[in-house]
Order: sequence, then C-alpha cells, then structure tokens
Amino acid sequence: MSADVQGETHRELDDMLGTRWRRPPLVQKAWLRWVLLIGFALYLVAAISSVEVSWARVYEGLDRGAAFIMAFSQPDFLSRSDAIWNGMLESIVMTVASSVVGILISIPIALGAARNIAPLPVYLICRGIIAVSRALQEIIVAILLVAIFGFGPLAGFLTLSFATIGFLSKLLAEDIESMDRSQAEAIRATGARWSQWIDYGVKPQIIPRLIGLSIYRIDINFRESAILGLVGAGGIGATLNTAFDRYEYDTAAAILLLIIGIVMALEYISGIIRARVQ
Amino acid sequence: MPVTDTSQGPVWRLRNRRETLKRWFGWLLGIAIFLWCWARISEATTWFFVWDAPRIAGDILDRATPPRWSYMDNLWVPIWDTLNIATLGTIGALILAVPTAFLAARNTTPSRLFIRPIALLIIVATRSINSLIWALLLIAIIGPGVFAGIIAIAIRSIGFCAKLLYEAIEEIDHSQVEAITATGASRWQVMVYGIVPQIMPAFAGIAVFRWDINIRESTVLGLVGAGGIGLQLQASLNTLAWPQVSLILLVILAAVVISEWVSAKVRGAII
Amino acid sequence: MLRLDALTKTYKTGDKALKAVTLDVPPGQVIALIGPSGAGKSTLIRCINRLVEPTSGTVMLEDMDLTGLRPAALRRERRRMGMIFQEYALVERLTVMENVLSGRLGYVGFWRALTRRFPQKDVDEAFRLLDRVGLLHMVDKRADQLSGGQRQRVGICRALIQDPALLLVDEPTASLDPKTSRQIMRLICELCAERGLAAIINIHDVALAQRFVARVIGLRFGEIVYDGAPDGLTPEKLTEIYGEEDWEATIEKVDEEETVEAAE
Repeated sequence: MSADVQGETHRELDDMLGTRWRRPPLVQKAWLRWVLLIGFALYLVAAISSVEVSWARVYEGLDRGAAFIMAFSQPDFLSRSDAIWNGMLESIVMTVASSVVGILISIPIALGAARNIAPLPVYLICRGIIAVSRALQEIIVAILLVAIFGFGPLAGFLTLSFATIGFLSKLLAEDIESMDRSQAEAIRATGARWSQWIDYGVKPQIIPRLIGLSIYRIDINFRESAILGLVGAGGIGATLNTAFDRYEYDTAAAILLLIIGIVMALEYISGIIRARVQ
Repeated sequence: MPVTDTSQGPVWRLRNRRETLKRWFGWLLGIAIFLWCWARISEATTWFFVWDAPRIAGDILDRATPPRWSYMDNLWVPIWDTLNIATLGTIGALILAVPTAFLAARNTTPSRLFIRPIALLIIVATRSINSLIWALLLIAIIGPGVFAGIIAIAIRSIGFCAKLLYEAIEEIDHSQVEAITATGASRWQVMVYGIVPQIMPAFAGIAVFRWDINIRESTVLGLVGAGGIGLQLQASLNTLAWPQVSLILLVILAAVVISEWVSAKVRGAII
Repeated sequence: MLRLDALTKTYKTGDKALKAVTLDVPPGQVIALIGPSGAGKSTLIRCINRLVEPTSGTVMLEDMDLTGLRPAALRRERRRMGMIFQEYALVERLTVMENVLSGRLGYVGFWRALTRRFPQKDVDEAFRLLDRVGLLHMVDKRADQLSGGQRQRVGICRALIQDPALLLVDEPTASLDPKTSRQIMRLICELCAERGLAAIINIHDVALAQRFVARVIGLRFGEIVYDGAPDGLTPEKLTEIYGEEDWEATIEKVDEEETVEAAE
C-alpha cells in the first residue's frame, strides 16, 4: 500500500470522526418515506374512526362472553348428541369424499398446468381452471351450488372438491415446474415413451410432495366443512349455527372442542406421514 | 427379498408378495370407505333437484345478467368497511401473534414445560376455527357490526401468523445469536440484534400474505352479520335480487385479484 | 491473566468434551489451540465465556471466577472477552456499522440499542477500527453483501470495540481461502500486539499456527497433550495429537511457504 493512498483513507477517517451515524432508512427517498408514513397514519385514523363500536353493547356482552368461556369447562355433548353426531359424520363424509375426488382430478390438471410438461393450449386451459377455483371462496361457491342443487351435503361435497382442485393443482404444478430436470432427462434419454417418462422421471419426484399437500388439504377441507352448514351445504355448521342462535353455549363449546380435537389429530397424523414420505 | 428364485431363474419384483397384498388391501379399504361416504351423501340428496340443476343454473344465470350497475353506489361504504376489517384485523392479529410466536418457539420460550404448551394451544385453537365461526360467536357476544368482524379476523389470524412466525424463529442461524450473546448483551438486546433482524423478512411476508387472505375472508363475514360487503350479498340473496348478487360477486372477485396482486408485489419487493 | 483450573465439560449425551483442562494464559500472550475435530477446542473456548456451561472446574479472569457468576455479572465480564467466530456469525441483515456497534451492547442500555443511538465515542471508535481493517467505505453496506474476508474483518472489529482484555477466536480461517486466511491471521496477531491483548485461537491449520504464534497447545480427546513452542511440534508430537499420518510434508510446507513469502 503506497503512502499516498494511506493518506487518502486517513483524511476520510478524519472527516468521519465526530459525525453522527444513522442507520440507512428502508426507503431511500425522504419524501416518499414521509408520504408512505403519513398516508398510512391517515388511513389508520380514518379506518378506526369509521368503525362504530357501541361500547355499551360490548359491555353488556362481556357477561355472555364470560358465560361462553365458562361453557368450555363444562361442554354439553349429550343433550343434542344426535344432531352433533350426525353433523360431525356428515362433515367427515364430505371431507373424505371431496378430498378423494379433488385430489384425483387435480393430478391431471397439475400436469397440464406445468409449463415444462404441457403444450401451451393445455397449459392455458388448466391455469384458467386453477385461477377460477382460487378466486372464488368456498362459502360463495357453496351459496351458488346450494341455489342450484338444493340443500344438503352434495353442494358441500362439490364445493370442497372444486376448492381442492384449485389449491392442489397450483402447488403441485409449481413443484413440477421446479423439479430436477436432469432426472427427468435421464429417463427420456433411455427412449421412454411420454407415459413412461411421467411414471419414472416425474412421478417419483412429486409423490412425496403430493402426499404432503393432500394431507394438508384434507385438514383444510375438514375445517371448511364445518362452516358450509351455515349456508345449508351440509355438515356440522348447521348444528353450530342453531346452538349459537339458541344461546346454547355449552353445546356450541362441545362442537368447537370436537372440531379443535379433530384438527389437532389430523395435524398430528399428517406430521407423522409427512416425516415418513420425506 | 424382492428377488425370488423360480424354475426360470431369479425374478425381480419391486415388492415382495406380502407387501403387494398389503397394498392391495389398503387400496380396497380406501375405495370401500370412499364408496360408503358417497352412499351417505347420495342418501341425503334429493336427486330430483339435481337432475333439474342445469335448468335452474341457466335460469339463475339468465336473471343475474346483466349486473345492476347502478347498485354500485350502495357498495362503496361496504367496500371501505371490508378493507378496514381486513387491515385492522391483520394489524391486531400481528400485535398478538408476535409475543405468542416468541413464547412458542423452542429457542426463545421462557419455559418449555409450562408456557410453550399454552402458546401452542392458543395457536391451534385459533387456527382450527374458521373466521366465520369466530364471527358468529362474537356477534352472539358483542352484537353484529364491523367491530365483531375485525375481532373475528384478528383472532383467526393469530394462530396462522404465530405458527409461521415461530417456525421462522426456530430456523434462525444460532451462531448469530451466540455472537451477540458473547458481547455481553442482555436478553432483550440479543432479541433485538440477534433474532429480530433474522425474522424480519419472514414477518413482513407473513403479514402481507395474511392480509391478502383476510381480504377474501372479510368479504364473506357479512353473511353472518359481521359487516362488510357480505351484508349486501346476504340481503340481495334473501330478496332473490340476482342482478345485485352478480354485481357483488364481481366486486368481490376484483377485490381478491387486486389484493393478491398487491401482496405479490409487496412480497417481491421485500425478498 | 486467564486461568483455567480442572475445567471439565460433560454433555448430556455423556460425551466428555473436556477432561480437567488446566491452563494459564499470561497477559498479552497469543496461544494457538490445535487438535482434530471433536477434540473439544470449540467447547473449551465457549466454556470460558460460558456460551457453553462447564460441568466443573473454574475459569479465573484476573481475579474473577466466571463459573459462579449470576447473569448480570456474567454479562459484565463477557464485555472483557471479545469473540471471533468460524462462520463470521455477523447478523447478516444488519449493516456493517450495526454489526460493529453490536460489540458495545454490553455497555449501552436497551433503548439506545433499539434506536441505534450509540454514544459518539463508540461511533468514532467504530470508524477508527473499520479504517484500521480497511473497510471504512463499507460502513452502510449490509453484512450479507460482503466477501468472506471482509466479513471476518467486521467480526474482528466487533470483538475489538468491546475493549476486551482477551480474544477468544474460534477457527477464524476455516471458511476462507489460503491467502485471505493468512491476511486474517496476521491482522489478528498484529492487533493483539498493538493492544497488548491475550488471545486463544482455535485453528486446525497447523502450518498457519506455527507461523504466527509463540505458544501452541495441542488438544486430543479433551486433554492437553502438547504445550510449548511451535517448533517443538515434531512429527511424533503431531501423531500424538492427530493420529498416524505423514507429517513431514506438512512441516516442510511451512518452510516452503516461508521462502515464498520472503520472495514476494
């Protein structure tokens, strides 16, 4: 290092000594930073002031809230056991059936929605199906299907199957697109046909992920099946709604505990299965 | 052993006979369960309505088009409410989710035996119950309105955000924490310098992701009376005003698409 | 200045990482700690500032027994022991300056740390140290934008700004290329000499250790098997520390490198 350069750096150091140091801000431009900050603050003020809260009503409700929390300590599984049992069974039935159908349909759609496998027209159609399915929420689909097919679990089953397709196909297609090309190429290089190529080059890479996602989706389907009853599409939701309407908190608490219990069990099982396939 | 000796020489199979049988049995059981489920659904269905469905669907579609655009004037306030439910709910959830996540993460919890299980219970309980059910519950307690919607969204999101966040906390690079500890920093300083910078990107990503989901969920909260555009949807459905229904559905669709676009943009900017 | 007395660490798994290690470090002495992986080098260093809790034995820093200290007192003593890490252990998403200033955390309160308002003399000291290691122009760069050698320099600054009496250095060169390794080792030793610091340097590169330090400790299975000058490391001694291997090449290489260095 020459003496000249050294002198240079030391002059720089002398300049910097005694100057304050501030952490460089996240947004470089000062005016933009202030606009964002003030804009957000103004929004918050406007939003909060537009929320009408009747504190008297909230205060009144605190007793009921306490009663509800107390109900969790003595949930009532018995007095409406028939309704609970049938509702739960219907929820589970809908979950199982819709998961099976949804998963089976979503596999070909996922293959079609992966750009590295499917030709462009097929790709566009499959992506379109996924986009529609993801944009519409379960509960809205359920409302429409109930209007069309009438009340009952069939509407719920169709809703959940449709939602499963959007969820699973999208994630699976992304996996296929990001899979290891060299493995698939190696199979193709052996002179395999398209179906053989999928079977040996693609399938082994995505099966663990498919299983993991499927189980996750079963979990979601069960949770969703619990609310479809609110709009008449079958499952435990109707029973729950009735319990709330009649202020039967102990029955409602029992149903919620059952839902939490089943979700926890599903998560536990899915943890074990996912650990096994990976 | 998958290789068996036969009179024609050794034969290789992927699985031995016992495993093959087990697999067949598993498949058979699965199919049986599915068929039984299907039978139950079928039993509870009035098939006469189903065969009539195409005609009804056509009929509804016919009545729903064109959407009643003039009804838009009545929708601006509900749209504003919906946005507020999602945003304020998300902010509230994040404020509660951060401490919960720190209490639930194995490497930051003050006590693995007492506090961690409680934090995990909060996460599971709030996550397993849909925001519509939370709304239903809160309406029974504090009455209908936007406020109940905000609280419902906030409660539902605690578990979701806290779960993702505590997983991020458990995955941090421990050596960075160790280095800060070695300087003689206090517990809170270690948190601010060693842990927080590492989880900041995850936190921002989770916040925006959940906000996107909450926009979707808050559009339907009105169905049970918790404010937002769902209230108008419910009212229109009750009066069979299909042109209004189709307009509201279009608005919801647009909201969902826009929020997804915003969240993708913001996440892209962070990462 | 630092005295370890019968320091023992037994992990929960039953592995005995350290078996009654006794060691005396006089002020200003730089020691290289060599030994195979798993010999307990890292554990030894971490037992001194209690990042790892020793099972028994004492660590005396001047007249203070570190092993019995309560958390607040331990934090005060940790300020006097700067630590430099193998994978740099910089907080990747903070700037270079924040990383250096984090060395002062033991001296400032929580709010100052949170708002990044460190006393001006700390900031000045950080400028001086960064200038000394040649990174002054990098002050506001984020740590993850630096190269390995630059990161380790920042790590050195973070340790030095603590104003320590002792440096604990854990494999400073393990993730660096040979040239940068030498530069970093030289920098550490120079800085120790400038400031009269004692240092314990874990290092697996015997040649590098021999080149830069005056005293080498050999550790094997948690026990000290060599303690002496670097040129006393004969092939027999190395075999005792690391196990059977052809050591002539290693030792010769040191001499060769020496001549290459001289020729430069």
